[in-house]
Amino acid sequence: MIAAALRLAAPALVAATVAAAPWSAHHPARPRALRVCADPNNMPFSDSAGHGFENRIASLVARDLHEPVAYTWWAQRRGFVRNTLGAQRCDVVIGIIAGDEQLSTTAPYYRSTYVFVTRRSSNLHFASMNDPRLRRVRIGIHVIGDDYNSLPPGVALAGRGIVRNVVGYSIYGNYAKPSPPATLITAVAQGKVDVAIAWGPLAGYYAARSRVPLDVSPVGDAMAGHGIPFSYAIAMGVRKGDTTLLRTLQHELDTRRAAIRHILAEYHVPLVTDDGAQARADTDHPAGDTAPHTASGGTRP
Amino acid sequence: MSRQGNRCAGSWIAVVALAAAVAACRGEHAPMAMAATGAAPSVSSGALAPDAPPAGSWPLPGRNAQGWRYSPLAQITADNVKNLKVAWTFSTGTARGFEGQPLVVDSTMYVVSPYPNHVFALDLTRTGGPVKWDYLPTTAPASQGEACCDVVNRGMSFADGKVVFNRLDNHTVALDAKTGKVVWDTKLDSIQEGSTMTMAPLIAGNVVLVGNSGAELGVHGWAAGLDLGSGKILWRAYSTGPDSEVKIGPDFKPYYPQYKGKDLGVSTWPPDQWKLGGGTVWGWMTYDPELNLVYYGTANPGVWNPDMRPGDNLFSAGVFARDPKTGNARWWYQFTPHDSWDYDGVNENIPVDLTVNGQARKVVVHFDRNGFAYTIDRQTGQVLVAQPYQSLNWATGVDPQTGKPIRVPSKETHQGVNTTDICPSSTGARDQQPAAFSPRTSLFYTPSTDLCMDYKGLKASYIAGTPYLGADVRMYAGPGGWNGRGQMIAWNAATGKKVWAITERFPVWSGPVVTGSDVLFYGTMDGWFKAVNARTGQELWKFKVGSGIVGNPMTYQGPDGKQYVAVYSGIGGWLGAIALGLSASDPTAALGATGAMPDLPKYTAPGGMLYVFALP
Repeated sequence: MIAAALRLAAPALVAATVAAAPWSAHHPARPRALRVCADPNNMPFSDSAGHGFENRIASLVARDLHEPVAYTWWAQRRGFVRNTLGAQRCDVVIGIIAGDEQLSTTAPYYRSTYVFVTRRSSNLHFASMNDPRLRRVRIGIHVIGDDYNSLPPGVALAGRGIVRNVVGYSIYGNYAKPSPPATLITAVAQGKVDVAIAWGPLAGYYAARSRVPLDVSPVGDAMAGHGIPFSYAIAMGVRKGDTTLLRTLQHELDTRRAAIRHILAEYHVPLVTDDGAQARADTDHPAGDTAPHTASGGTRP
Repeated sequence: MSRQGNRCAGSWIAVVALAAAVAACRGEHAPMAMAATGAAPSVSSGALAPDAPPAGSWPLPGRNAQGWRYSPLAQITADNVKNLKVAWTFSTGTARGFEGQPLVVDSTMYVVSPYPNHVFALDLTRTGGPVKWDYLPTTAPASQGEACCDVVNRGMSFADGKVVFNRLDNHTVALDAKTGKVVWDTKLDSIQEGSTMTMAPLIAGNVVLVGNSGAELGVHGWAAGLDLGSGKILWRAYSTGPDSEVKIGPDFKPYYPQYKGKDLGVSTWPPDQWKLGGGTVWGWMTYDPELNLVYYGTANPGVWNPDMRPGDNLFSAGVFARDPKTGNARWWYQFTPHDSWDYDGVNENIPVDLTVNGQARKVVVHFDRNGFAYTIDRQTGQVLVAQPYQSLNWATGVDPQTGKPIRVPSKETHQGVNTTDICPSSTGARDQQPAAFSPRTSLFYTPSTDLCMDYKGLKASYIAGTPYLGADVRMYAGPGGWNGRGQMIAWNAATGKKVWAITERFPVWSGPVVTGSDVLFYGTMDGWFKAVNARTGQELWKFKVGSGIVGNPMTYQGPDGKQYVAVYSGIGGWLGAIALGLSASDPTAALGATGAMPDLPKYTAPGGMLYVFALP
């Protein structure tokens, strides 16, 4: 519920899923909880019931630190970082673009890609944005509103002059409903569009749960024209300057790589390597370097 | 070409492109055959008078339904205004952007705050204006997360013993003006789908006219008419979609051929794109009782990347004339077809009668975000005059035959392509802050902004767990320089010429009031409340209020017979958001606006006060 998510004056809602641990002598400057900023209605990433893979990763880290997880719920929209991390309501964002300038990020712990989602029965299979059939089929994509922002599939399609057969679904959707962005994947299952081009973790999770069999395949072109990257490295983020917590989290990511990979595999998160090749979820080396990521890396063409 | 290097010599309108530069400079109307020949404007006496409010009152956002922001009160004059003193003040308890204005009717002042939209009735018969009643609605806290540009509210309207206002969470509420009790409360849209309401309702006859905000979130824009007595929704007209939803029927007679055809609100878009097409209605509405038409502008089209929506994207970024009772459209004109700069067309359209080219014309006058001031026949939608009133270089003029802007291709934006030195910036040559019109001087008085922008590259970020690409928009001072980012302009709408201008350090985000003694009041973002001579622009008096002014002053006569002037002090809104704590270190925050205002926090801090001034 967004009403709970955006409770401004109220203290952070504490999820009592992890028992309170004794004060950790290693982190005297921090409250005795891993204070996580998260969206309460954004499966498969996170929800207020703790069902998302980011919830699972947060619990894993907190357990190692002998701390409970304390969530501040906030819809992950414009102002999310400013109103959560920036307002000192919480201290860590579990999933964010590596190098996002608004915060300090760890080394990326996974890299996913935009994917094509099709009905298995349609016998359509796409591997490239340059596939000429994209000019004829009905394509569904996520779109944002008017604030100078776009998602990579729309930019790449428009750059190819493919617009008349493209249907936009609001990335915001109706927040009163569960996981609003999932509408795009449902649209493929329902035959409203022939193919969706969607972000991998969302597509992988909902395609796996669809009663209509769906196929998921990565957008193969690493930079599908117009300098638009289609794969993105994801890291944890903290407030700029919070180097103690950043180091703690980096240590966790370095030592818990296998367990995190296992969680991602459970949620059918499509993984790729730095060069865009498909990675196997449970064994591959995580994308990117291992030192904390500096600003403006990687994702800016 | 440097930003300073391409100014028109000696001219206030400065940045224009290349070969078009000379022609587009103010004072030379080469491409504008439609421009007037310099005849002085005149106002037919009494033409718009039948509904004039009592002289001492201020019942509607712009005082009269036409939104003139003119008061006949004349006790405060150019000679005595230097003695003006604070009479009393009132703190609203809300320290956000105050973009509206108070109302005064029957010795009571009505005030509504930004979110949570706290309403106060202040008793003007008693010293210091104590509270008669107040009303704190249960506005949903989540609505704050949906509002794009601060949680503002632009005020109320009064009629038939009721004050009517909009809640940020899409309720229109009528309160009994005597008691503050709710008469009706109508929910019009859902914050869950990104819609909010920030505009001031306008009451025309028995109809309350309202519209929504939220194009940044890709909502479907609409205007609606509600029954003043019951709050029942009489009609709703969307800005995009099939004719049935846009309320286009047999009465629709636009002047230009490009607006004639079936379902243009669908066919000027890629399939289904109109459903997320923006075109919200969040500016000031006006009403002409003589023609019985309401006029309002629509916001820019969604989604942002213009290459994803080839076509004119009707009916975004333009003005509708509608019958207020039925909502049926009468005519339409589009200021910015296929907008690629965020040039909302929401600014008000002020009905006046002028002599243009020697002919008496019934017109509306509109100062657009895109930098052109339009004088439009309000019966037909024909553009009579269109001239730049601020720096602009995205177009070289408006074609008098087609009504279309003559665009400069190098200034169009495309996602992933760098475009630099675009004027005006997305905040516009003027945002919503309204103009005033004096029937005594026949001049319009408009606030303005002189900012330009670079639209560069792509910055990846994350939304709802999904990577997206944001354009790296940076705004900066226009040709007027950092000490001249705003102007208060006196404008002759019959000729399309500036008469005088006062340059301000910051953009002027305060809509002025002009009086029967030719005194003009307005505020600045750094917190100066000023009185100037409406005929000459000469400064007469100023007073430093606590927080910057983005609201609109008004004037009224108190029960003691004295003239008072009131204004809100409360920095905020889009350009003012930086003073509310947005990081000045990120020049792209607030859609690039903070880069244009890095020094604002040195001049002002949040507040939320009403100031009332009077002569001793």
